[in-house]
Amino acid sequence: MKQLLTILSLAFITTIGCAQDNPPFIETPETQSYSYKIVADGIDIPWGLAFITPEDFLVTEKSGTLYRVVNGIKTTVEGLPPIYTRGQGGLLDVALHPDFSNNNIIYITLSTDVEEDGLGGNTALYCAKLTDTSLEDLKLLYKATPNTNKGQHWGSRIVFDQEGHLYFSIGDRGNRDENPQDINRDGGKIYRLNLDGSIPEDNPHVGINGAKTAVYSYGHRNPQALVMHPETGVLWETEHGPRGGDEINIIQKGKNYGWPTITYGINYSGTPITDKKEMEGMEQPFYYWIPSIGPSGMAFSTSGIYPEWKGNLFAGSLAFQYLERLVIENNKVVKREKVLDQIGRLRNVVQGPDGYLYVGVEGKGILKIIPNS
Amino acid sequence: MKFFILLYGISIGVLTTLLLPEKTKEESIEAGAEIYQDFCVQCHLPNGMGVSGVFPPLQNSDFLRNNIDLSIAGLKYGLSGKIIVNEEEYNGVMANQGLENEEIADVMNYILNTWGNSYSGQITTEQVELISEKNLLPK
Repeated sequence: MKQLLTILSLAFITTIGCAQDNPPFIETPETQSYSYKIVADGIDIPWGLAFITPEDFLVTEKSGTLYRVVNGIKTTVEGLPPIYTRGQGGLLDVALHPDFSNNNIIYITLSTDVEEDGLGGNTALYCAKLTDTSLEDLKLLYKATPNTNKGQHWGSRIVFDQEGHLYFSIGDRGNRDENPQDINRDGGKIYRLNLDGSIPEDNPHVGINGAKTAVYSYGHRNPQALVMHPETGVLWETEHGPRGGDEINIIQKGKNYGWPTITYGINYSGTPITDKKEMEGMEQPFYYWIPSIGPSGMAFSTSGIYPEWKGNLFAGSLAFQYLERLVIENNKVVKREKVLDQIGRLRNVVQGPDGYLYVGVEGKGILKIIPNS
Repeated sequence: MKFFILLYGISIGVLTTLLLPEKTKEESIEAGAEIYQDFCVQCHLPNGMGVSGVFPPLQNSDFLRNNIDLSIAGLKYGLSGKIIVNEEEYNGVMANQGLENEEIADVMNYILNTWGNSYSGQITTEQVELISEKNLLPK
């Protein structure tokens, strides 16, 4: 009897321990309406991707190499600052200044141990002028503090709005109890700066004593995708949850996105983090993934090059090694589908200036998705 | 006499450095558990089972058992390309995690002695120091 009880209670614990998959469930289409072409190869972890033209683009490799790829030929760009490669950290995102064609300025986020604020490292944002294949006028615009030797959750992505702002993300740096909910601390935040690195006067925490005034939103775990919605101009984000609870968020100024006070995920070990999924004063995700897909990179397809995909959202899946297509209707995800199933750990997706979707795949490089004619 | 005292002193010093690693095996395993939770658990999971076809298992892994030096080199320099683990093919990328040699020794001791794995010896910092990129080639 005792044994039966033990088995029953174990079964019960197991059942409630495994959160239910969150609908809509992922679909694998029977026929493929596309093929792909490798446009840059031999890049272990292609983290960031920024197009100058469709045939001329920049790719970051996580371990610390910035490539300029012209007509498929890659050249290493010289002049990067020192990079602190540890755990998930390294050379992260790259983005062109909105007026790049006139000023040749690029922005990069990376892990660094510069500045004497303790052992370890943290995420930094730099800008520099790109001349051919070298960087000049390197300038540190933001460096999160304090340093830590944790390997987790550095972020990071960079995007721009139409009003002269730059946004970038930093994860909670493996310190969820102290960083994400405290606006006086770095980590677990989306930041907003002017293009010259100064802090916009209308940032939400400007004038608050002790606050990190570059902070735009907080309560994030590890945001590795940022994109401006092509119609609303609003900032969209994805972040890695723990086990379950990866999120898509629509980012609003000054809002708290809840980590780790509320979450749809649990610890990797299966133990709970909190029993709370919602709370007054904290934002709900637009969508959450259970199980975790490991989202990195995100893009809307707006070009019409893939007629059936127009307006859809695309997110890279590191964990399941595909590109996820999300159909959104009436402010809700109504369909999820695998694209490039089993292609490899999908690190990034970008809509190029030619309207094609380009993805960064670990161990492969940059792939261009070509619709069947 | 003085000479003998000096020799005795030097011998003790040398022997201590050579024979006694800075941590006991148990201490190293304990420190390794913490490293594992920070750097490894996302892919290889808390039970060391990994994800079939994507992230190779560390629990009861024939590849790990037969390639200790290569595994250490993988942690030190990163590992990519095709490997066969328990008759299943893996073709991924494990980035260099930027761990110190001592941390690599600790996490190896944890992995080699957890989830039913057992390894009679102890991976030492000195052993990790001696591993070079040449060790990345499989036997």
